[in-house]
Amino acid sequence: MTQAATMHAPTPCGTPATAAEVRRVADAVRRRVLEYTLKNNGGYLSQACSSAELLTTLYLRVMRLGASTAPLVPRPFAGVPRPNNPNAFTGADYNGPRGPELDRFIFSPVHYSLVLYSLLIELGRLAPNGLDAFNQDGSTVELIGAEHSPGHEVTAGSLGQALSQAGGIALARRLKGESGRVWVFMSDGEFQEGQTWEAFAALAHHRVGNLGVYIDANAQQCDGAMSEVMTIEPLAARLSAFGAEVHEVDGHDSDALAAAAEGFGAGDRPLAVIARTDPCRGIELMRERAPKLHYVRFKSDAEFRAFEDLLAHMSEGIGAEVGP
Amino acid sequence: MIETVTRPHREHLVRWAEDKPEVLVLSADLTASCEADAFRDAYPERFFSLGMAEQNMMGFAAGLAREGFFPYIHTFAVFVTRRPFDQVAMAIAYPNLPVRLVGFLPGLTTPGGVTHQAIDDVGLMRLIPNMTVLEAGDATEVTSVLDVAQAVDGPVYIRQLRGEVPRLFPEMAPMALGRARFLASGDDLCVISSGICTEEAMRAIAALQTRGLSVCHLHVSTLKPFDDPDVLEAAAGARLGVVTMENHSVIGGLGAAVAELMAEHGVGRRLLRLGLKDTYAHGASRPYLLREYGLDALALVRAVEDLAGERLHIDDGDLAAVRLGTMTAAEKTEDL
Repeated sequence: MTQAATMHAPTPCGTPATAAEVRRVADAVRRRVLEYTLKNNGGYLSQACSSAELLTTLYLRVMRLGASTAPLVPRPFAGVPRPNNPNAFTGADYNGPRGPELDRFIFSPVHYSLVLYSLLIELGRLAPNGLDAFNQDGSTVELIGAEHSPGHEVTAGSLGQALSQAGGIALARRLKGESGRVWVFMSDGEFQEGQTWEAFAALAHHRVGNLGVYIDANAQQCDGAMSEVMTIEPLAARLSAFGAEVHEVDGHDSDALAAAAEGFGAGDRPLAVIARTDPCRGIELMRERAPKLHYVRFKSDAEFRAFEDLLAHMSEGIGAEVGP
Repeated sequence: MIETVTRPHREHLVRWAEDKPEVLVLSADLTASCEADAFRDAYPERFFSLGMAEQNMMGFAAGLAREGFFPYIHTFAVFVTRRPFDQVAMAIAYPNLPVRLVGFLPGLTTPGGVTHQAIDDVGLMRLIPNMTVLEAGDATEVTSVLDVAQAVDGPVYIRQLRGEVPRLFPEMAPMALGRARFLASGDDLCVISSGICTEEAMRAIAALQTRGLSVCHLHVSTLKPFDDPDVLEAAAGARLGVVTMENHSVIGGLGAAVAELMAEHGVGRRLLRLGLKDTYAHGASRPYLLREYGLDALALVRAVEDLAGERLHIDDGDLAAVRLGTMTAAEKTEDL
């Protein structure tokens, strides 16, 4: 339980990963999320389809993170944070130690937790059997993660609240003279919440130039297509008007995702990278379920078997998994 | 056996609203999750999707209510009561507008973890002047709560159940504003429960009765106003004391309301409050959480042992052996 991670995950500090490596890891992430979706007879699968390259690129090509200092098999839940509970912890140590020059990662749409857990496995930050506790009673590897969950640092399941907290962290780091940056992963649905715009106003007003946001713009939310529920477009123009440096890229193009962050951190404007993504990418069967893609619950045995066959097919075509 | 009803709110809302053109539904990206999808499909012109933007939604609801409509907001209880608290208080409650806030996933009924668990919603809504607070405890109340809410002149918070809901009370016995249900009579102790805790309490009380205890059991569905004379009388008549049981923090909810009532009327009995003991919870299954946080039948047995000052030798096996059926209201044998 207290065994420390002995494996060292690749980080952008050493040799930057290539787009091909990102693709390999992203495929493995999709595969694992599909596997667990089948195992649980349901799950947040489209989130893996849309964000696999984005999150992988962040970890392998954008963020400067140290090796994990967390146990490979996640600790069980140690109680809620409170004065008489010294055992409470966050899952931030899966993203490495804190250091003035190191980046921080804030994970906002925690319905994507399984995608992050799966990525941490591919990167050697979490053991493959670390997911045995997924969605089990007494575990920190929750379906909807909280700050104790691997790779998580804040409790963000009430969506649209993490960016403001990341803004506070970024401001503090500037006050402390740290060079490390703060990266926030967000979903496009969170741009419906007013707080997100209050956060961008504050970031621009206080010239917070050490915070970058990557947005998985998959145009989907729980009720269906965002254009039907409540549009947020034109997102790029809105973010620009709010004072952010905006890049709009293909969210499955790792080179474009990485290029958007190049040299970022010395200016006085927050960065917003709108990653236009496909919520069915890599799992074509998902298209039959459109427009309701938010949570997959198999409707029939036939559908379950079709996804099972797909998983077998995906596993055949690919060699050894990347990472230890 | 207790009958289980699948999604009682979903179809009932459609039927109930059919002859009420002034009833609207507002949703914040949780339409099917709050069983409002059938209403949306049946009356698309009366359904408004407002996205994940709860503060704004409360303002829209207030405006619609000012113009004579009855907006029924559907989202999770946490998103009704926490994020837009100021908007609910100022835009809706202050002008006493007939907005109905229907909050789903009360307390520990969701594995979604701390961000999805409404453990303080009753307290928050009770704090707001003009607000009426109702809680459904079974399928009969899930459906009959709409009539109760609609008759209220002012805003109403409904703590609502979704999905598979047990039918504890006969369909012919709808929820009534300000009236608790008598489920058992007795004068050794008084158990007052609400929401999903009532089923747990029924199980425990059946086991307690086999140990010779005479238990008065009341189910409460109106948490504000809290002035039911039956509740006061039952508390005052309990020889050993009173136990409250709620799927909520012990602060601000049912237990607090009973404590206030007893203190104000000088009822000098012990009161044990079962509920979340000023703590957050975490994501896990419902049976696990009810056990972990002391909200299940066994927790009630332990509380009664405390009041009685003796061990009753009731274990999980005894509780599992209890067979419950739909409860008719108990005769009030000592009704004076």
